[in-house]
Amino acid sequence: MSGYQDKIKEAATRLLKEGSVDMVIGFRKGTLPMMNEPCFIRRPEDVHQLVWDSNCGINLANYLTDRKEKIAVVAKGCDSRNIVTHIIENKIKREKLHIIGVPCQGMVDKRKVTSLFGDGIQDVTEDGDTLKIKLPGSEKSLKKADVLQENCATCIHRNPVLFDELVGELVKEQTDVDRYADVNRVEAMSHQEKWRYFEDLLAPCIRCYACRNACPLCYCPTCFVDESRPQWVGKSQDPIDIRTFHFLRAYHCAGRCTDCGACERACPVGIKVRQFTSKLNKDALEMFGWEAGMTLDERPPLDTYKPNDPNDFIK
Amino acid sequence: MKVLTIDKKEWAAGIKKAKSSYQVFGPVKEKEWHCFKALGKDEQPDMTYANTRLSPKFLVQPQTEPMFTYTLDESRPDHHILKEVEKDAGPKAVIGIRPCDAAAFLLVKRNFDAPQYQDPYWLKAYSAMTFVGFACNDPCSTCFCTSAGCGPFHEAGLDVLLVDTGDRFLAKNLTDKGKAFLAAAGWKAQADDAGKIDALKQAAESRIGSRVSTDKLKAKETTQIYDAPFWEDTAFSCINCGTCTYSCPTCWCFDIQDENRGNSGVRLRNWDSCMFPLFTMHGTGHNPRGAKMQRVRQRFMHKLKYYVDKYDNGIQCVGCGRCIRLCPVNIDIRKVCNQMNDYDPAACVCPA
Amino acid sequence: MQNPYLPYPVRIDEIITETEDKNLKTFKFVFLDPEDEGKFAYKAGQFAELSVTGKGEIPIGIASSPTEKGFVKFTVNKVGLVSTYLHAMKVGDIMGLRGPLGNSYPWDIMEGKNVVIIGGGFAFTTLRSSIVYMLDPANRSKFKDINVIYGARSPGMLLYRDELATWERRDDIHMHITVDAANDPGWKYNVGFVPTITEQKAPEAGDDTYAIICGPPIMIKFTQPVLDKMGYAHDHIIMSLENRMKCGIGMCGRCNVGKEFVCKDGPVFTLAQLTTMPKEY
Repeated sequence: MSGYQDKIKEAATRLLKEGSVDMVIGFRKGTLPMMNEPCFIRRPEDVHQLVWDSNCGINLANYLTDRKEKIAVVAKGCDSRNIVTHIIENKIKREKLHIIGVPCQGMVDKRKVTSLFGDGIQDVTEDGDTLKIKLPGSEKSLKKADVLQENCATCIHRNPVLFDELVGELVKEQTDVDRYADVNRVEAMSHQEKWRYFEDLLAPCIRCYACRNACPLCYCPTCFVDESRPQWVGKSQDPIDIRTFHFLRAYHCAGRCTDCGACERACPVGIKVRQFTSKLNKDALEMFGWEAGMTLDERPPLDTYKPNDPNDFIK
Repeated sequence: MKVLTIDKKEWAAGIKKAKSSYQVFGPVKEKEWHCFKALGKDEQPDMTYANTRLSPKFLVQPQTEPMFTYTLDESRPDHHILKEVEKDAGPKAVIGIRPCDAAAFLLVKRNFDAPQYQDPYWLKAYSAMTFVGFACNDPCSTCFCTSAGCGPFHEAGLDVLLVDTGDRFLAKNLTDKGKAFLAAAGWKAQADDAGKIDALKQAAESRIGSRVSTDKLKAKETTQIYDAPFWEDTAFSCINCGTCTYSCPTCWCFDIQDENRGNSGVRLRNWDSCMFPLFTMHGTGHNPRGAKMQRVRQRFMHKLKYYVDKYDNGIQCVGCGRCIRLCPVNIDIRKVCNQMNDYDPAACVCPA
Repeated sequence: MQNPYLPYPVRIDEIITETEDKNLKTFKFVFLDPEDEGKFAYKAGQFAELSVTGKGEIPIGIASSPTEKGFVKFTVNKVGLVSTYLHAMKVGDIMGLRGPLGNSYPWDIMEGKNVVIIGGGFAFTTLRSSIVYMLDPANRSKFKDINVIYGARSPGMLLYRDELATWERRDDIHMHITVDAANDPGWKYNVGFVPTITEQKAPEAGDDTYAIICGPPIMIKFTQPVLDKMGYAHDHIIMSLENRMKCGIGMCGRCNVGKEFVCKDGPVFTLAQLTTMPKEY
C-alpha cells in the first residue's frame, strides 16, 4: 500500500486544481503511533498533509452524510459499500462524490500491538508486510497479518465496489476465511452461557456512544436513546438500559452493516461491539442472501418485500 | 511532614490491616487495562500499573447516582414529595491514585463547593476519601502534567504520597487523614533517606516529554479565540462521542432525570457530555450549540479559557493524557491548547 | 449541609389559561409548609425550577412579585415533556419548587431612575413581576417614570390582559401595548412590531434611564439596534437570557455562555456584559 499515499495526493491536487471538487476528505498523520486523523483539504497547497497507511481504519463515509459540497473521499472496500448504502438511503447524491478507491489489504489493530509491547511504543512504521515497532532502546518487528483488525482478517470485500478512480491494482479477495466463526461460537452456547457472555461483554460500557457516532449508518437526527416523548431507553448505567442500547442499535444496522469495524475501533473500553452486528449480518446473508452496499441497483431486504421472504415465524 | 519507609514485604499486610478501618480501593488489572475497584478481602492494589484507563472520578461522582426517591401512589401521605437517599458515608481509602488524578479532584471541587451553593453528594463523598497517592517514576509519553499545573510527584489533593524506590515505598505524610491511614495500616518505620524523593522527582519531571503552552491564555480576549478560524479544521474529525469527557478526571457535567417503575421512582443524575447534541437543546428546538464545531469549540474553550478566567488558577486539565489516548479520531488537546495559546488575530493565519 | 437539589413541596392552587392557543397557562402554587415561603424570598427577575415528580424539572421565570404574599405564580409555555405534563395537571396536585435561582434585575441600581420595560410574547413573565413590584405603594416612589412596551402576535396571545388594562388606566405608568396584527376590530392600542413601537414611544436615553428587555431572540435582535440608535448605553440595557438548564445552581455545567452560567451568574446580564461573551445563546 506504499504507493497509495502518493497517488492519493496526486488525485487530490488534480481534483482541487481542476475545481471539480470543493473538498477532499482523507487522513492526516496523527499525534500518536498508529493513529491518523480524518481531515478535509480545500486547497491544493494543503494536500501534502494527506497520508495513507495501515492505520486508516476509520470509516470516512461517516463524514459524508448531509454535506452539500462536492467531495472527493478516499474509500476502502468497506467504506465504498457504506457510500453505496448512503446513496440508496438518500443521505448523499452520487453526483456529489468523487470516490478515490483504495484496494485495501487490511488495517492494523493498534490494541493488538500495544498488548504485545505495552504503552512505551514510540513509533510504528511500515515496510511492506512488516511493521517496525520502535521501543525505548530497541526495535521489534511484526508481521502485519498477525495484528490486523478482526474484521479485516476475515474480509472478503477488500476492493471498492464503487469508485471514480483507483489508487492501485485491485487486490485478490480472500476466499478461505470464516467470517462468522465468532457468531457460531456464541450460537453454540447454552442460554446461561450466552447470558453470562453478553453480561461480561457489555460490563465496561460507559454509554459514550463512540460506537454509534463512528458508524456511518447511525445518522438519525435524534437517536432513539435521546428521545424523550416517550423515553425508550434510560440513560443511566442500569445494565438493562445498556443492553437495550446495544441490541437495538445492532437491529437498526441489520441488513445495512458492512462490518467496517469502525465501532469496535472507536470503543474506548475495548468492547467487541461487532458481536451483535456480525450475527445480524449472518442472518441477513442466510435469510435473504443479502450483503449490504454491494450494488446501487437493489434495495436492502428490510426495505422491500419479496414473495419468497422467509416467513416461518408466522405460525 | 513525616516520611515513613515501607518494605514491600510489609506492604500487603498493611493494606489488609487498613481494610478493617476503611473501605479500600485500588488499581486492579481487568483484561488489558487497569481500573479502580473496591478491593476484596484478599485483593491487593496492583502497584505496577501506569494509570487506569478511565479516571477515578467515579469514586466521588458515580456515573449514575440516585439523589431522591419518591412515590406516585396518591394513597400515601408523602406522595410526590422527594425523599433524600441515604448514602454510605463510611471512610474510604484510595490507594495508588496518581497525583494528576488527585489534583483533578481539587479542580472539580471549585465547581461543587461554591460560595453560594454546595453539592452535598459530591462533597460528602469527597470528604470521606483518604487519597494515598503514588508518584510516577516513569511518566507516559502522553503525560503533560508539568505544564498543566501539577506533576508526577505533585502533592496537592493527596493525603499521603508513596514513592517507589525499588524494594521499598517511601510514604510522605501530608495531612491528618494521611496520618490516620498510615497508623491504621500499621506502618511506622521512619525513613532516613527521605531526600531520595527529590532526586526521583527531578528525574521523573525531566522524563516528561510532552508540554503545552498556557502562558498567554488568560490575557487573550474570549471572543477573539472564540471566533478564530482554526476551529472548523480542529472539529472536523470529531464524532461527538463522550469518550474524552467521560475519561477526563476534570470533567464533571451531569444530567438529572426521573426514572419511574410502577408507582415509585428515583431522581438520579448521570454523567453527561457537552459533546452530545442534546446537551444544550431547548424545549423550543433552538440549540445554541447545534453544530458539531460549536460543541468541540465549547469543550476546549471551557477547559482552556473559561475556567482560566473564572478561577484564575490555571487550566481545567491535569495533563493525564487519557483523552489523547482514547479519542477514536486522535484529536489532541495539546495541539489545540497550543493553537489557542498562540492564536494572534492580527497575524496572517493559515489554516492548520 | 442543605441540599440545594431538594425542592419545597407545593400544591397547585389555581390554573389559568392565558392565551387563545391554550399553550400558556399561569400556575399559582402554595407552599405545603408555610415556613418554606419565607425561605423562598425572591426578587423580580429571578426564576425557579418547577419540579414535577416523576417527570423532571423546568426553569421558569417567576411571574408573581415579591410583594404578593401567600403564593408564587409562574406562566408556563407547553413545549416539551415536563411542561406538557404540567399543563395536564389539576388544582390540588402536589409538586415541587426549587429556588429562587439566578440573579434578579438590578433593583438597587435602578432605584431613583426611569425604567423602560420592553417585552415580547411570553417572555413577559418576569416583567410582570417587575411591574407589580414597582407599582406597589411601598415601592412606587423609588422609581421615576415607568414605560412599558409589550407586544405579542395578536391580542389573544397577550399575557395578563386584565392586568394590562388595569395598568393602562393608571397615571403613574405609561403602557404601550402592541400586537403584530389585530384580528379584533375593537383593538384600541398599537399595531406594529415591538422594535417599531420602541422607536416611537420609548423615552430618550440618559444616565437616569434603564431599559429591561426580555423576549424571543428575534425581537431582541431587532430591538437592540433601535435602542443603540436612540443612544442607550450598553450598560443601561438589561437583558434576561434563557438556556437549557437542569440543576439551576451552576453545578451541572450545561447552561454556560462563556464563563458565565446563565442559571447562577445570570439570567440577567447587561448588554455591556453580553458583548464580552461568546454569542452562543
